[in-house]
Amino acid sequence: MTHLLEVNDLHAYYGPTHVLSGIHFSLNKGGITTILGANGAGKTTTLRALCGMVTTKGQISLDGRRIDGSACEEIVRMGVAHVPEGRGTFAALTTEENLKLGAVTRRDKHGVTQDLEHMYSLFPRLKERRKQQAGTLSGGEQQMLAVARALMLRPNLLLLDEPSFGLAPLIVAELFEILGRINREDGVSMLLVEQNAELALDLASHAYLLETGKVVLSGSAEEIQEHDQVRRTYLGY
Amino acid sequence: MDLFLQLVLSGLATGCIYACLALAVVTIHTTSGQVNFAQGEMAMFSAYIAWSLIDLGLPYWLAFILTLAVSFLGAAMIQIFLLRPMAQASILSHVIVFLGLFTIFNSTAGWIWSFTIKPFPSPFPEGSVMGLIGFHELGVLGVVLVLLAAVYAFLNFTPVGLAMRAAAENPTSARLVGIRVGRMLALGWGLAAVMGAAAGMMIAPVVYLEPNMMAGILLYGFAAAVVGGIDSPAGAVAGGILVGVIENLAGAYLPFIGNELKLSTALLVIVIVLLVKPSGLFGRTAVNRV
Amino acid sequence: MSHLCIDKVVVRFGGIVALDGVSFEVPEGEIVGLIGPNGAGKTTLFNCLSRLYQVHGGDITYNGRSILSLPPHRMTEIGIGRTFQNLALFHNMTVRDNILAGGHPASRGGFIGNALRLPGSRREERRLHEKADRLMEELDLTAVANEGVGELPFGTRKRLEIARALMSDPKLLLLDEPAGGLNHDEVDELAERIHGLRDERALTVLLVEHHMGLVMRVSDRVVVLSFGRKLAEGTPDEIRQHPEVIEAYLGKAG
Ligand SMILES: Nc1ncnc2c1ncn2[C@@H]1O[C@H](COP(=O)(O)OP(=O)(O)OP(=O)(O)O)[C@@H](O)[C@H]1O
Ligand SMILES: Nc1ncnc2c1ncn2[C@@H]1O[C@H](COP(=O)(O)OP(=O)(O)OP(=O)(O)O)[C@@H](O)[C@H]1O
Ligand SMILES: [Mg+2]
Ligand SMILES: [Mg+2]
Repeated sequence: MTHLLEVNDLHAYYGPTHVLSGIHFSLNKGGITTILGANGAGKTTTLRALCGMVTTKGQISLDGRRIDGSACEEIVRMGVAHVPEGRGTFAALTTEENLKLGAVTRRDKHGVTQDLEHMYSLFPRLKERRKQQAGTLSGGEQQMLAVARALMLRPNLLLLDEPSFGLAPLIVAELFEILGRINREDGVSMLLVEQNAELALDLASHAYLLETGKVVLSGSAEEIQEHDQVRRTYLGY
Repeated sequence: MDLFLQLVLSGLATGCIYACLALAVVTIHTTSGQVNFAQGEMAMFSAYIAWSLIDLGLPYWLAFILTLAVSFLGAAMIQIFLLRPMAQASILSHVIVFLGLFTIFNSTAGWIWSFTIKPFPSPFPEGSVMGLIGFHELGVLGVVLVLLAAVYAFLNFTPVGLAMRAAAENPTSARLVGIRVGRMLALGWGLAAVMGAAAGMMIAPVVYLEPNMMAGILLYGFAAAVVGGIDSPAGAVAGGILVGVIENLAGAYLPFIGNELKLSTALLVIVIVLLVKPSGLFGRTAVNRV
Repeated sequence: MSHLCIDKVVVRFGGIVALDGVSFEVPEGEIVGLIGPNGAGKTTLFNCLSRLYQVHGGDITYNGRSILSLPPHRMTEIGIGRTFQNLALFHNMTVRDNILAGGHPASRGGFIGNALRLPGSRREERRLHEKADRLMEELDLTAVANEGVGELPFGTRKRLEIARALMSDPKLLLLDEPAGGLNHDEVDELAERIHGLRDERALTVLLVEHHMGLVMRVSDRVVVLSFGRKLAEGTPDEIRQHPEVIEAYLGKAG
């Protein structure tokens, strides 16, 4: 299999704070990889680094093209969608406008309309709230919106920062089923950060463990699942 | 009663011009958080360009449209080449740049076209409708309303308008959906300049063309923007019309105000509105939930 | 004393009925879990309890007195503290200052005393600082005491929210999704912390959470909301097996 994403010696900084200190990893085309790590390990920063939201050093290649140093919006236009930490809702706009913005770079009008209806069928709650100001949606409703908005791009690569955040158990189960289906049927590759390690390792084929800005463990999801430290800290058995 | 109606109608017409300018100020403020003090001078400069085009023999409406286009491009250039490089600079640096723009436009206009007052043609015939409202004022009303409707439709019914609102509200998220936020800022400047140019060309026949013609009018525009709520386009328009009508009525009915104190009345209105409703008449209070 | 009674509370937003006659009680010393699908009205209820939303019907009493006539800033005084689902911290302030801000309503120095820096108010200030230090110790925040909140990872901010709420010495603590963004270990820690708060500080807790492991483990009783109505109420075991709750909320996995 070829690599969709390759990251070499990646460093990331917030001003003078050095947060990622030289991480390496790769993601197979059509694969799902998950990044585990404690609070503050740098998971969110890694996703931000991939789509140009923080200052970085090192190499990032997407489909063989170097994207480090490119502007965030240009990386997104190459088909990288991001469900950000904190959801990034356009609070003053309506639910539907938020969804349309997910597809604002697409030119196939017809496909966008279809996808909009598709999102409404995946998340019926959003349909009921389509004309509501998105800032007044409940926490979980805004999270569904963040995921649906990212899917509206029809991405090649989906960066998911805790997609289950604030969702009810039933919806979490549905969401992971949806993600699995999108990966299988549309071949969307995914990089997943998720506190529910059990779900994440179930969905993913590869996993990395991040500790204070360094990759300390990597392997297939099964291998990682068997690892003692991972079991204790992230799986709890 | 006739006098009252007359005052209200002509107040509406000038109010529409204030509304244009207010909307220009609000557009730039919502997209970039900055207040463009040079908006009025840019409008004045546009009016001079129109005058030159007409002077060259172009028909009025062709000159009008060309002026809008040139103003759009010029302002977008200013945003791209002057403001974009200093995006990270402090608020104070921006204030200085805007004041700099103000003097540059003012003195360049004086240098090119001289400081002597020039008459500016109105595309509308002389005379009035039943003595109530002049054809020029009626025309101004029409032109401005068409322009405002176009801007409204652009912002609300086109994908680019949606992208622009998104970029104004949350630039980080806007980038995350692939919006080129920098271009949206330039677009905002262009739109603002178009509205300013229209206001300049519509008011020039009344106040005559000279480099300082917009000074007072920009103040009314600011007043309108603040009264309406500095981040609300609808508020800017309502505020502009309100300020125009109040100014006219107060000038006529309150004898101690007269022409000299009209501007102070407008400012008094601002203060009162802000005391009662600090976010302006249409201002939103933040909608984010806890 | 701490006894909260929610009685047929109704809240509407335009056509949407967010709460539709919800009633339940939170007796002294209990930890009550409040769960339900997204948009069921849990946060709305919290916002009624801290008087941020207007109630359109029914009543809410705390220790026998209706709170509906009290202004929001009085809620900490009568002993109701809360954390926020979407984190309402002061981003440009340090951790310590955020916690100190939580202590403000209870401080006794008075405005004039503070302004004149009278000995009494200085003593009061010292007391507040000591208390903040203790809370930071208790919630593992000492190491980041002087860092800006904008730079903290999410889980740390959640602990900070709890510390700030505790600054006003509440009797009833409302927690809105405290486990969001925490990993397994950290949730374990949180569970212990919530039990500790109840036992050591004699707190009563109303807990909104989607993390079933946490809710079922710490709650004495669980109330389930769905579409603005109470769907069920009972012990964690009863709720886990409740067919309608499984259908509407837990799913097969629950
Ligand atoms: N804006 C910022 N400025 C300075 N430092 C930051 C900023 N954002 C994050 N950091 C620091 O970078 C480190 C990594 O943060 P990051 O958000 O990537 O962690 P995370 O693994 O996503 O944690 P969590 O599980 O809490 O989401 C943390 O130590 C944090 O304090
Ligand atoms: N200001 C508002 N205007 C319109 N609708 C609102 C407003 N506030 C809340 N709602 C709606 O009321 C419902 C209840 O919202 P609430 O935030 O209480 O849900 P919740 O139970 O806390 O959900 P979650 O688990 O997702 O946080 C939601 O469907 C939301 O869209
Ligand atoms: Mg994170
Ligand atoms: Mg909620």
